[in-house]
Amino acid sequence: MTDTPLRIIETERTLLARFREWWSGETANPVKRVQFDRPLTPWLFILPQMAVVVIFFYWPSVQAVTSSFYIEDPFGFGSTFVGLENYQDALNSSEYMSTAAFTAFFCITVTALALGLGLLLAVKADKVIRGAETYKTLLISVYAIAPPVAGLIGMMFFDMHMGPFTQIAGWFGYELKVGINYWDTAIALITISVWKQIPYNFIFFLSGLQSVPVSVREAALIDTKSGWRRFKDVTLPLLAPTAFFLLIINITYTMFDTFPIIDVIVKDKPANNPMTLVYKVYLDGFKGNDIGGSSAQSVILMVVVALLTVLQFRFLERRVHYG
Amino acid sequence: MAHLSLKNVGKTYGGSNQAAVAGVDIEIADGEFIVLVGPSGCGKSTLLRMVAGLETVTDGEIRIGDRVVNQLDPAERDIAMVFQNYALYPHMSVRDNMAYGLKNRKTPKAEIEARVAEAARMLELGPYLDRKPRALSGGQRQRVAMGRAIVRQPAAFLFDEPLSNLDAKLRVTMRMEIRRLQKRLGTTSLYVTHDQLEAMTLADRLVVLNGGRVEQIGAPLEVYRKPASTFVAAFIGSPAMSLLDARFENGQVMVDGHALAPVGNAPGPVTLGLRAEDLRITSTGVPMRVDYVEELGAHRIVHGAIGDQPVAVVDNGGAALAETVHVLVDPAKLHLFETSTGRRMDTRIQAEAVPAQ
Repeated sequence: MTDTPLRIIETERTLLARFREWWSGETANPVKRVQFDRPLTPWLFILPQMAVVVIFFYWPSVQAVTSSFYIEDPFGFGSTFVGLENYQDALNSSEYMSTAAFTAFFCITVTALALGLGLLLAVKADKVIRGAETYKTLLISVYAIAPPVAGLIGMMFFDMHMGPFTQIAGWFGYELKVGINYWDTAIALITISVWKQIPYNFIFFLSGLQSVPVSVREAALIDTKSGWRRFKDVTLPLLAPTAFFLLIINITYTMFDTFPIIDVIVKDKPANNPMTLVYKVYLDGFKGNDIGGSSAQSVILMVVVALLTVLQFRFLERRVHYG
Repeated sequence: MAHLSLKNVGKTYGGSNQAAVAGVDIEIADGEFIVLVGPSGCGKSTLLRMVAGLETVTDGEIRIGDRVVNQLDPAERDIAMVFQNYALYPHMSVRDNMAYGLKNRKTPKAEIEARVAEAARMLELGPYLDRKPRALSGGQRQRVAMGRAIVRQPAAFLFDEPLSNLDAKLRVTMRMEIRRLQKRLGTTSLYVTHDQLEAMTLADRLVVLNGGRVEQIGAPLEVYRKPASTFVAAFIGSPAMSLLDARFENGQVMVDGHALAPVGNAPGPVTLGLRAEDLRITSTGVPMRVDYVEELGAHRIVHGAIGDQPVAVVDNGGAALAETVHVLVDPAKLHLFETSTGRRMDTRIQAEAVPAQ
């Protein structure tokens, strides 16, 4: 259809009419009409939320995107526009790529372990009758620990001189050197991150399990003797919405929220230690004073996570049954 | 298909010293339709769930066919259950819902398909086989639940109040359908309901439960005509049988100082049971105060009181009623119960023709 001048005028007219409607707080459908005396009132109501989102999300995002195109003077005296050079530098750096590889590995391992163990504990806790409340509270309480504290507690467990995990490894003839050996540190990072995330997954899986109707479980009990089959064919599909939600939350957690844990373990350690992309953004930007490079990295990270989430929704969610 | 036998079956929950079900003895013949009926909390569902294997049996013995099933898993008992809220698997299609139990029993694929197709035909579910349960109406879901039971070709069907989530009209249709299916398949069935109308219309034999114990077992009409206790009398029949304190005097049963009918003699007070349809409003007889009238179209139910004891009477007349009317009853249709135990007493009643009018 071509845009004849007449059509354009018509479009403008409807747009203008709509604007006028909006301004006067009237809509064609009286049921949908907003019940405010003045058109600005609803905007006032959403203003606080909008302010928070703009100040803490959009503004920094825009800042990150702009500064990713500049090289900034380390002392803040000025900046030079360099186009996509920061992106090229990051993607061509072997250090960046190895951090990205570790992040992927870390993300998959932590998500899989945290989801798996959370589900296992929830299934077992769901069967507990006596002392169920105590059991649940004990499992959930870990969630109340702040991530840096979790990192510290974890650090104590992995301490090279007095940590129980180091001692246990020692019994098997292995010297665990967290903070010095790359993979030893990785193990500590993964263990602590998983431990911190299990309670969260546990709560959601448990409530998901408890929302499976008792009679449906009983019907399954009559249909098959095998507990594994009942779990696989009936319980698990009904948990799928919960699991899908947790998958996205867990991936975001491993990508971003493990920062304090990594910081506690890796900070001030001398050797080449594993870290995630987020921690590298922080290191390069605030320790290395390379604001432009670190901004470029954070934009890349943002795009990757957004893509991941879109992919999950497109391909996984189709297979999820919402009750 | 098989007979079902419950011997002295009882259930006491851990931590409770009162039995939820006690001393239940029922012999169910092959193909019989038994309805367990009673008010809520009488143990009827618990009993059914014990047969299904969803509750442990703490006393006695349950046999399905020739096997004692007390220790068997529900899946090994060769039963199929229809739940009150259908309990369909929400993530499976209608077809898969019906086939799931068979798949787990390693039934050959062709056989599964044939059985599902047959059940779908019987229940007119053909067009819905690929739908998910949420895309079905309540009645259709109920049919799927029935289908899931039918394809299993089990030794017994267990129904746990399967119609109570449906609206009144659908309930009547489904009731007939269940009865027809059961007759056609000839599968032994145990059916739990609190609805005495459902119980009366479906059952070959009724089992009336009260407080975890069997109050009476018998064919619906037998239970209706000869209730074994005041509990059964009040529970079966609508409107409920009126129960009045009475005593004997000179061969007459006396209510509130008026002679109601000549039935013989017995010492002490008795409880008199009067079915609303056995009472007639006449010009003579015992005076009854009229409280209110329910017009049902075909007849009306007059609620009132003899003395201060409530009574209901079915009346076919259309004329306006005075504030006080007189009622009469056929002495053969009186029910007498011992006041102390509530048990039926039959012996001393001798039928005599009611005087004309």
